[in-house]
Amino acid sequence: MVENQNMIGTREVPIITLAQAGVSFGPVKALDGADLVIMPGECVGVVGHNGAGKSTLVNVINGRLSPTSGTVSYDGAPGVADFRNSHRARSSGVRSVFQELSLCPNLTVLENYRIPYRNMPKAGWRKNAASAVRASLDAVFPDNGIDPYSVVADLPIADRQMVEIAIAFSRRDIDARLVILDEPTSSLDGAIADQLLAYIKTFCANGGAIIFISHMMGEIFDVASRIVVMKDGRIIENDDASNFTRDGLVDAMGHVVPDTQDVANILEKREFGPEVLRMENGLNARKGEVVGLAGLAGHGQAEVLAQCFLERTSDWSASRAPAVVFVAGDRSRDGVMPLWSIMRNLSLQTLVEFSRTFLVDRKAERGIARTWHEKIGIKTDDLDNPILSLSGGNQQKVLFSRALASSAPIVIMDDPMRGVDVSTKKEVYRMIRSEAENGRTFLWYSTETDEILECDRVFVFRDGEIAAELKGEQITEENMLRASFEMQEAGQ
Amino acid sequence: MNMINKDNNMQPQKRSARDFLELVSGKPWIWAFLAAGATYLATLLVVTNSAGAGALLYAALTFASFSVIVGVGQMFVVTLGPGNVDLSIPATMTLAATLSLKFMATDGALIVPGVLIAIGVGLVCGLFNFSLILLLRIPPIIATLSSSFLFQSLAIWSNRGVRVKPPELLAQFSTGGIFGLPNVALIALLVSVLAWCVLEKTIAGRWVLATGQNKRAARLGGVPVNAVRFVVYVGCAVLAGVAGFVLASFSGGANLNMGTEYMLMSIAVVVIGGSSIAGGNSNVPGIWGAALFMFLIVSMLNSYGLGAGVRLMLTGLIIVSVVVLASKRRHQI
Repeated sequence: MVENQNMIGTREVPIITLAQAGVSFGPVKALDGADLVIMPGECVGVVGHNGAGKSTLVNVINGRLSPTSGTVSYDGAPGVADFRNSHRARSSGVRSVFQELSLCPNLTVLENYRIPYRNMPKAGWRKNAASAVRASLDAVFPDNGIDPYSVVADLPIADRQMVEIAIAFSRRDIDARLVILDEPTSSLDGAIADQLLAYIKTFCANGGAIIFISHMMGEIFDVASRIVVMKDGRIIENDDASNFTRDGLVDAMGHVVPDTQDVANILEKREFGPEVLRMENGLNARKGEVVGLAGLAGHGQAEVLAQCFLERTSDWSASRAPAVVFVAGDRSRDGVMPLWSIMRNLSLQTLVEFSRTFLVDRKAERGIARTWHEKIGIKTDDLDNPILSLSGGNQQKVLFSRALASSAPIVIMDDPMRGVDVSTKKEVYRMIRSEAENGRTFLWYSTETDEILECDRVFVFRDGEIAAELKGEQITEENMLRASFEMQEAGQ
Repeated sequence: MNMINKDNNMQPQKRSARDFLELVSGKPWIWAFLAAGATYLATLLVVTNSAGAGALLYAALTFASFSVIVGVGQMFVVTLGPGNVDLSIPATMTLAATLSLKFMATDGALIVPGVLIAIGVGLVCGLFNFSLILLLRIPPIIATLSSSFLFQSLAIWSNRGVRVKPPELLAQFSTGGIFGLPNVALIALLVSVLAWCVLEKTIAGRWVLATGQNKRAARLGGVPVNAVRFVVYVGCAVLAGVAGFVLASFSGGANLNMGTEYMLMSIAVVVIGGSSIAGGNSNVPGIWGAALFMFLIVSMLNSYGLGAGVRLMLTGLIIVSVVVLASKRRHQI
């Protein structure tokens, strides 16, 4: 394995070469004739809609999927069509950070480091692992304060994401040469995401390569030296980042140019109804208002939302007119019923509302499912398919439909746009707008600034408490950041 | 030309084989019935006369009924998700049977209140179990195990080991049958049809399945999780009470270890029947297949004249292989 280390810095040999690589699942072509060469020192940004084939491309590169046609070769070695690509990927230093967090929650941070490092020397491994994780965490995210001995389940989601990224960059017997980051910043707030982007730049400058998948255009243009655009399982553009513009990129992906100006104008000057919600910590909302919860990730916003929901609903009875409904962001923990079909998942919240007796009204159920299938564009032919057959973004649409189909006057959204593509986001923003105009109230926690800018009023959280309340013109990224950090400085 | 013809001939055969596999894999309960059928046929190799074959089936239906009644209750509990199991079923059966039979004191006029007492005992036992689980936050396995000691002690205390006989009329009913079917089997059939309707047709059934898949997500999706768990635990205990009552009437009286074998039996029929131990996935028809299988396997080994030790060992082995086979098929396709 030593020869790998020698090759770091040699820029002639591509780390990975895909030649007409394709993956089909039965009749579905998840990846179709992909050609891609990644040289050391490159940062390749990959963009595309939900279900465009990004994850499949990544899984072919890291060897989890074997291509059903074409070849993949590592380090210029000839491509072989067998099932040992994951081994080859590992020995050429390919590592991945997945969109769905893949740490073992019951283990400590350092034990999670140990899992992919299969042949770690056994003597004193805990100490070595702790210092390796520590070093990597400090290198990528300075001043993170994460203890390598803490159990992953006890960490907030943002910290878990940081740990996972740090483990991918950590020192092992085979150094990381190509790190695949699939939506790495989706749970991170701006400042921490910036640290990651800065680290990516130094990593590439030292001869490493990155595949960077993100829905955030700003980040792609910030770090990527080359951009690959995917659509329907094909690579449709592959060019230097300097040859793209934001609008050009969005056009290439195949959806309308987002028109933020329009949305911003609608926000102005709306009258709201009476106060419909007030919590002990001062969080309040009026009828028809979209209230944002902002602040750094993991500062108690999710807990407040869960509390708000649980206080207003019962463990013991379901109401035909529920006071609140919940849209989960952490899909597998808070939302999806993994054994069920799309339709059953969609109808769960509204069962008592549309059924007049204690029996499930199947006709009404199918009607509601069809309506939302069309309205929100869930990408499936058959609503009886299992929910897990959908991509993450489409699962999220199902969860949105589950909540919005209800008559509840208050909708709680816990960072619901994670892993959702731009056009769906715009669609959902529009839907939220029109629902709000019809008198629904939204509580919306988001880690993305442009989503918070859609809100009528914003509460900025810090350490589980409200640090500031922003209204109208005050809602700017600057004010939010100031409120998130202000007290920190004052305390020191 | 030749090739094309060949292809045309092959296609329908292939398809029908695949259809069959799909049918089988889509319905895990088929495996329990196949196993029961195979065991039945294997027994018939020894029991040659046709009267014996009929009698065996009749006995199997009778004894399977008790397993089905408790199995249905256990299935709902297991469906609630990992860690959910009711170990107090045997004790509840004993207590319900003892108290109700003692109350009736072989008086045929008191049958209806006797049934109500059995149900009432089940209700109280279920309430007690669930309050341990909910209020004291004891894991269900420990809670139901410890309460089963309490129920068993109450049963001992109430009749001091005396065998209480059922009223004559009740004994006749529970050992008799109509339309060639044992009456107890009809009761079990009624219970399982009701359970199937609850799971497939009602909102409550959806809630049970949702809670079993992901309790937190179910709660956030508007499911009244505690009410669901409450009803399931109480329902399971009520079914155990009913099963105890019917079993005591059938076997000529309540005694203290009448429920013992139903501890494992109730769990075995759920698992062999194709319900998922991980929760969220139940299977009512499979319970019948599994209950028949569990009886037939013992009678098969009996009729082959095997000793008690060998019999138990083979029973264990066969059960394991059925479970492995059934779960493997489901994963492959």
